[in-house]
Amino acid sequence: MSDQPILEVKEVTKTFGGILALNRVSFHVNEGEILGIIGPNGSGKTTLINSITGFIKMTSGKVLFRGKDISRKPAHKIADMGVTRTFQIMRPYYSLPAYKNLVIPLFSPRAKRTGGWRGGGKLGDRNTVGIDILEEIGFERDSFVPYKMASTLPTGYLKRLELARCLALKPEIILCDEVFSGLSMSEIASMVPLIERLQMDGIALIMIEHRLRELFRVARRVMVLNFGEKLIEGNPEEVMANAKVKEAYFGSDEEVEEDMSYA
Amino acid sequence: MNTEQRRKERIDRGIKVRTDGLYAVMSWRELSYLTLPRIVLIVGLLILPFVMPSMYWQRVISIVCIYALLAVSFDLLAHFVGLVSLGGALFIGVGGYLSAIMNTSLGFPPLLAIPIATIAGAGICTLLLLPCLPLRGVYFAIVSLMYPLAMTRVIEALDILGGTDGIMGIDSFPNRWVEQYFVILMVLLFLFGVRRLVNLDIGLVLRAVKDNDQAVRASGMSITLYKAVAVFISSAMGCLGGACIVHIYMWSGMSLFALDFSIIPIAATVIGGAGTLVGPVLGCLILVPVSELLREFGTLRIVFYSLILVGFIVFRSEGIMVYGQRKYHQIERWVKV
Amino acid sequence: MDILIYGTVNSIALALMALGFALVYGISRVPNFAHGALYVITGFIAWSLLRGLGLNYLLSIVLAIIAIGVVGALIYQFVLIRVRGMAISEIIASYAIGLAILEGLRWGGFKGTTYTLPVFIEGSINIGDIPVDLHRLLVIAIGIAVVAFLWLFTHYTRIGLALRGMAQDERAALMLGIDSDIMAVVAMASGAMLAGLAGIVLLPLGNIVVEKGYDVLIQAIAVCIVGGLGSWMGAVLAAFLIGFAQILTVVYLGTHFQMVVALLAIILTLILRPSGLFGMQKELEERV
Repeated sequence: MSDQPILEVKEVTKTFGGILALNRVSFHVNEGEILGIIGPNGSGKTTLINSITGFIKMTSGKVLFRGKDISRKPAHKIADMGVTRTFQIMRPYYSLPAYKNLVIPLFSPRAKRTGGWRGGGKLGDRNTVGIDILEEIGFERDSFVPYKMASTLPTGYLKRLELARCLALKPEIILCDEVFSGLSMSEIASMVPLIERLQMDGIALIMIEHRLRELFRVARRVMVLNFGEKLIEGNPEEVMANAKVKEAYFGSDEEVEEDMSYA
Repeated sequence: MNTEQRRKERIDRGIKVRTDGLYAVMSWRELSYLTLPRIVLIVGLLILPFVMPSMYWQRVISIVCIYALLAVSFDLLAHFVGLVSLGGALFIGVGGYLSAIMNTSLGFPPLLAIPIATIAGAGICTLLLLPCLPLRGVYFAIVSLMYPLAMTRVIEALDILGGTDGIMGIDSFPNRWVEQYFVILMVLLFLFGVRRLVNLDIGLVLRAVKDNDQAVRASGMSITLYKAVAVFISSAMGCLGGACIVHIYMWSGMSLFALDFSIIPIAATVIGGAGTLVGPVLGCLILVPVSELLREFGTLRIVFYSLILVGFIVFRSEGIMVYGQRKYHQIERWVKV
Repeated sequence: MDILIYGTVNSIALALMALGFALVYGISRVPNFAHGALYVITGFIAWSLLRGLGLNYLLSIVLAIIAIGVVGALIYQFVLIRVRGMAISEIIASYAIGLAILEGLRWGGFKGTTYTLPVFIEGSINIGDIPVDLHRLLVIAIGIAVVAFLWLFTHYTRIGLALRGMAQDERAALMLGIDSDIMAVVAMASGAMLAGLAGIVLLPLGNIVVEKGYDVLIQAIAVCIVGGLGSWMGAVLAAFLIGFAQILTVVYLGTHFQMVVALLAIILTLILRPSGLFGMQKELEERV
């Protein structure tokens, strides 16, 4: 793990017709680092990911990926550079078996260049490569899970499928939009090692999460967003001890005290 | 009160299950189960010119094939890529005029002019439709509807390309057998080619563009590019049809942009079975001859197609082919619940 | 000067044509490709009532508009409601209905110059030194009245507010007790009546011909796209843009290019600003 920043976000601002969704948010992610982003609902986390990955155009600001400005590029170009994302609402191709879902990202120019997650620059048969990737992130081949239709898979597998789609591109950084939400405790328990493995592979991750306990197991640096503004950044202990964060999540102390006095 | 309820049960025929995997084909019976429908279609189309009673009906077969090309192109765009083209006439017109110009001005023989018109026409159509490709929704339908109408106005206004009289004196095919078999072979070629294409990996990507464009973008692929590829392929089919039709009628005029070319392929697709690719060809084989029989009723034909179209789309949206496939592959029976 | 006057008339006329389409699409997200057909057939209904049955002109107009409202509601209730949400089927079904009506009329012999509606007010006055017939001035007045009425209707009546609610978020509207199917029927009926009204007001300026159906459909759609699909106030403003552009091309290039203006306007809008000038759609949804 080095301290070289792989992704730098500088003063990103996004307005939706006069409503400020993101207000001059700046942060950076180092090579192979996991950065957690937390914040209450509606604080602009997903908008931030959408802006970085080009799915919506930011109003102003800059995003540098390895020093190159990617803030005005279209989404597919950004993904082609290795900045990939998962969707909060899973978007698999429901009418296809799980491994065929991976044929589509493996068809992309980037996958052809890199050969997929483990591929050394050469892409084999897309079906086989797809099954291999799925097996590695926990689709048990022996019980034929990779061959099941995406529409029949439970949420846990669909979240993994989202990750697999990113992995097929051999990403340099993955922006995960709530990969833990909606999963059972045991599913999360098997997901955490997977995330750690991705980190060991040298992939940087930005993780948006509501499940703080699980997030703090993997992320050593956390950033808090509230109403589109960055509140604080630091290691998990610092962040949770911060008064402003408590206020954002639970309302201000005075209110709490008032409520207490009524009780 | 009779509370007994029934439910229709559908079970795959044993032979279908046995022949599903390629390696399981064991007997002639199973082999023919797999290949018979295809052979019937191919042989059926190939012998059609012989069984037609007159020159007139042979000509009708050629027209059927041209509509079939258009219908397959509509089906590919609408049900595999999600772009509804209401202007099949654009493809016919562009291909037709191009071939006509190359034949009359440059003196290319039909069999050379047609392929060039197909490729060049497909390029032109793709360029024309490019602005609406990055967008989702009804834009493609609207723009494709407008082009044929605008084209006729432009030709009329500028008095180019023969103006309202059209271009005359276009060479015909060497003889009518060449004409017949050229179009029939083209239909078969494109039909099986497109069927193959949608099952290849690139076909999966095209279908993904229809289902889930955001995920395709997140996979690092340009949606516009793949839509453009699909539009190119399907407009090539349309332009080929147009190029053939000017050499069949030996005349190219504004009626190439007429409504018939836009509406019949859609009707044929819906009736024959949307998303099956063979269905549209079947639909044309039914609709176009009927349309010839109704020729004396003039524009009432269009009313007739439109009503059939609405009826099918609302009440029987699966179409003949899907129904037929179901009957062929599955046993249906009523069971008591 | 005459460009200004005729440009205004043409713009208002375009706005009238487009309002019905914009309303239906804005509320129920159904692109009503039968719009042009409804426009033309209203003219024929009014003509038949007036000439065939010999009714009073005003009465036949009112009856024709009501009739077309019913037709619109029936089309929705019996056809479009069954394919609602399936974009491909919606487009094909409404287009096919429009074609059936238009080509049916053509087959029924409704063509030629015999079919004209009388103008509402005969005569003309001079503005400056350009003679303008009173009917054209009336078009402007009616156009303004319709826009004002629509605005008041959607802002101050229960049904109007319900329609706006549905346009913004259908599911939320459902939760608030708005029956989206009934509202969509209402929207379709009023859209059809707007198309009919436009037909009644504008058709006396020329012959009633079937081809107008296609022209009107295309111009209405062009106006709606330039203004931003789903926003009828945007449509009104875009009507002025296209209206004046058309008059300018007619003056300097010739009448045949009127259609090309509409097409060019659509293409340019799609390239430069796909949500239209005043589009309401969110960016994420509209650019794929």
